[in-house]
Amino acid sequence: MKRTRLLLAAAIVGAALIYLIIGGLRGSIVYYLTPSELRAQSQADPDRTIRLGGQVAPGSKQWNPSALELRFVLTDGKVSVPVHHRGAPPDLFTEGQGAIVEGTVGPDGVFEARSIIVKHSEEYKPPTPADQP
Amino acid sequence: MTASIGSASLLAALLVTAYGIGAFVRGRRSEPSGWIRSGYAAPVGLFVLVSASVAALEVALVRSDFSIRYVASNTNLVTPLLFKVVGLWGALEGSILLWQWILALFTLIVALRYRSRHPDAMPYVLSVLLAISAFFLLLMVGPADPFARLAAPPQDGRGLNPLLQNHALMAIHPPFLYLGYVGFSVPYAFAMGSLLSGRLRDEWMAITQRWTLAAWTFLTAGLFLGARWSYDVLGWGGYWGWDPVENAAFMPWLVATALIHSTMVQARRGLLRIWNLALVILTFLLTIFGTFLTRSGVIASVHSFTQSLIGPLFLAFLAIVILISLALLAIRLPHVRDDGRIESLVSREAMMVLNNVVLLAMWFTVFLGTVFPLAVEAINGHKVSVGPPFFNRMFVPLGSLLLLLMGMGTIFRWGRSGPEELRRLGTVAAVSAGSTALLAFLGLREPLIVIGTAIVIFMGTAQLVEYARGVRARRAATGEDPIRALAGLISSNRQRYGGYLTHLGLAVAVVGIIASMSYRTEVERALTAGESFEIAGYAIRYEALMPTVAVDRLVIAARLAVSPSNGRAMAGTRAPAPSAVIVAPSLNFFPQDRTPVATPAVRSSWRNDLYLVLIGIEDGGRQVVVRAIVNPLVSWIWAGGMIMVAAGIVALWPTRRS
Repeated sequence: MKRTRLLLAAAIVGAALIYLIIGGLRGSIVYYLTPSELRAQSQADPDRTIRLGGQVAPGSKQWNPSALELRFVLTDGKVSVPVHHRGAPPDLFTEGQGAIVEGTVGPDGVFEARSIIVKHSEEYKPPTPADQP
Repeated sequence: MTASIGSASLLAALLVTAYGIGAFVRGRRSEPSGWIRSGYAAPVGLFVLVSASVAALEVALVRSDFSIRYVASNTNLVTPLLFKVVGLWGALEGSILLWQWILALFTLIVALRYRSRHPDAMPYVLSVLLAISAFFLLLMVGPADPFARLAAPPQDGRGLNPLLQNHALMAIHPPFLYLGYVGFSVPYAFAMGSLLSGRLRDEWMAITQRWTLAAWTFLTAGLFLGARWSYDVLGWGGYWGWDPVENAAFMPWLVATALIHSTMVQARRGLLRIWNLALVILTFLLTIFGTFLTRSGVIASVHSFTQSLIGPLFLAFLAIVILISLALLAIRLPHVRDDGRIESLVSREAMMVLNNVVLLAMWFTVFLGTVFPLAVEAINGHKVSVGPPFFNRMFVPLGSLLLLLMGMGTIFRWGRSGPEELRRLGTVAAVSAGSTALLAFLGLREPLIVIGTAIVIFMGTAQLVEYARGVRARRAATGEDPIRALAGLISSNRQRYGGYLTHLGLAVAVVGIIASMSYRTEVERALTAGESFEIAGYAIRYEALMPTVAVDRLVIAARLAVSPSNGRAMAGTRAPAPSAVIVAPSLNFFPQDRTPVATPAVRSSWRNDLYLVLIGIEDGGRQVVVRAIVNPLVSWIWAGGMIMVAAGIVALWPTRRS
């Protein structure tokens, strides 16, 4: 049957594509953790990219514009993680607000952030403690 | 008062819609009856009533009637008039109203245009369109009421999100997107109409093709405008971030692109009938799904909204649409037959079938990458994300394959290609190989980029060759001059040559995408007055800060002198050369937000864009932090987008009947 053969071929091609896509997905998942969850992971893989979300601890932002170095502390109220970022803070980045950083944990326990994402919603509201991710 | 008019119109519209559905269902079996005739009043009434409610909301927005929650949440007294008007689609409730307004307009057009031509199908088609309206009207009468009142109206409103108030494209990007989204309801209604009525001949296909192409053209424009908005406003020098909101609009585009090609196979060869029905349904589902993603707050991103009562209703609607569509498809499946089969692999239809497979694989990639994080969170509460690397890794091979198929499909003929087409394939491949070798000689090195370039040139050349062949044949037949022959060629077969032009536009855009993704350079610098730095052939010198006060914001701009660098400019040693151009990237401080929003300054040429962002002002204004990005060939992306939209219009332009 020509028709069955065609359907079979299509099914094989489709399955191969789906396999490739899912395989690709497995390698690119980035886990999102809170500082407490990060602490709970005893041995963090230094090469694994993760996202860390929390509140920028008030008074912790140190921004050195000449060296373009940003340091701050992300906290979830229980655990605090120091963050280092090479580059300027993004728009809408302020102390006391929620932020998500993407990067890796260094051997010294400092989170090396490749990018900073500010939690921001379409409808402006004054930030509240409940806003914490 | 305006609020009452608005609410009352929406409620009345819902009643009219319900009546229309009832009348069409009741009268469907009988001969042209009073029921059907009265049903045709429903699209008219619906459009008038929804228009009244849009007018009411606009009046309230322009007059700053803060007793309406939506107005108070999304505008304030100093919002410029343009953005008060545009506030209609600045947030959830208003954009649902806009959606419904466009749907009412399209329903009216369908009713007026096809009533006499397709009297049998119309009751079904209009019932489906009215049923979709009923859902959106229910949303607005219920949880997404644009006219919800505030017990104590505030003195001033909260204002529009600064990111939305920062660019005039906000005025046209969402309406285009919605015209595209909502446009796909019409093909869906015709497909369901054909399944419901059991009249499964192909006559509805011509209407579906036209509406799909129109909606696709609007959606294409919306996508490119959105990319441009992102480029001009967000300050990262990129135009596409695989954000769920972008994906939501991209998914129906991918499936609709597949649909446009597979309906051509049906029209030409009588094949793929079931497949096309399935694609029409999938496209429509994806527009509803996209609205659900962006409007229910399930995804936290720059665009996402905080409301969430809406989500369950959307999911229920999606489930109902899926169930009804699949059930109907299953019932009618045995009666839908193809007229033959694909005879040869070296044929246009075979290439179109394969391109359908690739486009659907692309869709599935986007779908999985967008939905997977939601599924994981729903199942075990873990938050994960899938970043651009996944999408890029999949889209590079899939995109290359698609471009190859596009080139071959353009060269091959319907049915079975002969030696002439194969020779042409060889010639086009040789042209592509030759020009890529030349580019490699001029400095293009990375293997992946060389391959990508060769494929794009192959695809583009194939389109040009078709134009050249057509013009030559026409000149031989009529003796016209080349320009007139080209115009005559296009108007003699708008769909075909509009299609080739779309492909050409995509080739131009892809060149821009490859170049800007591969050869971008970026530098961040802290500067005091008089200091300068260099990036990729530009010398940039910081001169001074310039504050200005506008009605709705405080703008602080940094004056930067840009001149071509010869590699010799030293920091702070020279005054700007006479050829220097002054640009002023700025930070905007809006009263409604605590932190500023940047406005990049972009110097654009066909070769590259110099993209400058003022990131921060330090040390009491003595020092500024500037990000400079040199992005090659970005303007090719916008040009390609414009060609694609123009090509869509060419293909849609009504052919004069002789």
